[in-house]
Amino acid sequence: MSPAVRQPPGARAIVEGDRRALAQTISAVEDGDPTAAPILRALYPRTGRVPIVGLTGPLGVGKSSLLNALIGHLRAAGKTVGVVAVDPSSPFTGGSVLGDRIRLERKPDDDGIFFRSMASRGEAGGVAAATREVTRLLEAAGYDVLFVETVGSGQVDVAIRDIASTSVVVLVPHLGDEVQTLKAGLFEIADVFCVNKADLPGADLAAKDLGELVALGTGRDGWAPVIVPTSTTTPSGIAELWTAVLAHESFLDRSGHRAERERARLRAEVAERVRDRVGREVADRLEQDPELRRLLDRVVARQLDPAGAADELYRAHYGRR
Amino acid sequence: MVRRGRSGPIRVLIAKPGLDGHDRGAKVVARALRDAGMEVIYAGLRQTPEEVVRAALEEDVDLIGLSILSGAHMALFPRILELLRAQKAARIPVFAGGIIPDEDARKLKKAGIKAIFGPGTSLQEIVTTAQRLARGGA
Repeated sequence: MSPAVRQPPGARAIVEGDRRALAQTISAVEDGDPTAAPILRALYPRTGRVPIVGLTGPLGVGKSSLLNALIGHLRAAGKTVGVVAVDPSSPFTGGSVLGDRIRLERKPDDDGIFFRSMASRGEAGGVAAATREVTRLLEAAGYDVLFVETVGSGQVDVAIRDIASTSVVVLVPHLGDEVQTLKAGLFEIADVFCVNKADLPGADLAAKDLGELVALGTGRDGWAPVIVPTSTTTPSGIAELWTAVLAHESFLDRSGHRAERERARLRAEVAERVRDRVGREVADRLEQDPELRRLLDRVVARQLDPAGAADELYRAHYGRR
Repeated sequence: MVRRGRSGPIRVLIAKPGLDGHDRGAKVVARALRDAGMEVIYAGLRQTPEEVVRAALEEDVDLIGLSILSGAHMALFPRILELLRAQKAARIPVFAGGIIPDEDARKLKKAGIKAIFGPGTSLQEIVTTAQRLARGGA
């Protein structure tokens, strides 16, 4: 019996190119629906081989347009492309407007692209927890190159680094002076810097500031980030941008960092899943504990500080320490 | 607002099929649906019927909203419904808004468009209808 026969029906449909099955399984993953788990389990051995390119940067720098240009470049080279484009959910209503498809241009009937918009659903770091699983589904469905597009508003949205094999940070001229480039966060995660809208004045200055940043040695693991000016209106620099991505991908293989990073990420993912479950269990326990309410009354009345209340609850549920 | 048969928010595609550049209405509706807690995939202007259906299936939406002011609704809407049927996706409800004469609206509803909103419709009415349709109501 071949392994394919033992796969759950959904997994098999995805591998065979059933786009609806793929789309619906992505929804199940997003919703945390338990029906997705056996499918993900069956497909997991088929994953971990293709480049996952993260595109991140502030709002309005042209990430979606750039993505469209890269997709065009890759389709012309015969590569198939899977995309997850993440936009924020409202912290107030949970709603969102996902507008990254607007820039997508493709030939009618081109099945070599699968584009999925995703709301962040309150997840910190700009990337929904489900994104990683969705990239696995796309890879199992046979796409050669994956993109994850996220808003990186500045200094905290670095979760993309935990998913992408190559992180492209997209910037534009006039985002600020060179001191901005020294700040922690977004500038630290780049394997490739893309100075988009390079047809505008100031692009050379932005590239120069980044050049100085790179010269100061911000690279990780012995890789010096590459700076590529691009424009999607002229258009220019798209082939060069892709070449820079491939250069980083081959660096990962050559240096052995790919395997090392993969192991560290998977360790973090496993640990995170355990933490999640424990966290949920703790939340459930507290929910049912009348003691919480009594302690809270004292905290509100300033008779006990929050750390003291937490100590008492922890001791009551988990013993000593 | 939970999707039918799912635990996540309602996903709705808002698109403007055909050649017309007036997207104020589509944007206002997109925002109202967002504020009602839905995930709105905004596909934007000048979509072919094929692109609309392809986006709806890739995004696995519960609902499709079409905005049109060009007068081409009698050609474009039935084509979209036909493509959905061909993809065995006719269960995805389609609603529409824009400038659509009453007589055409009657024909389009007969053809399978679930609701049609003209100028002056309140956003509350659109939101309530969208919620009902996404939940599987007629």
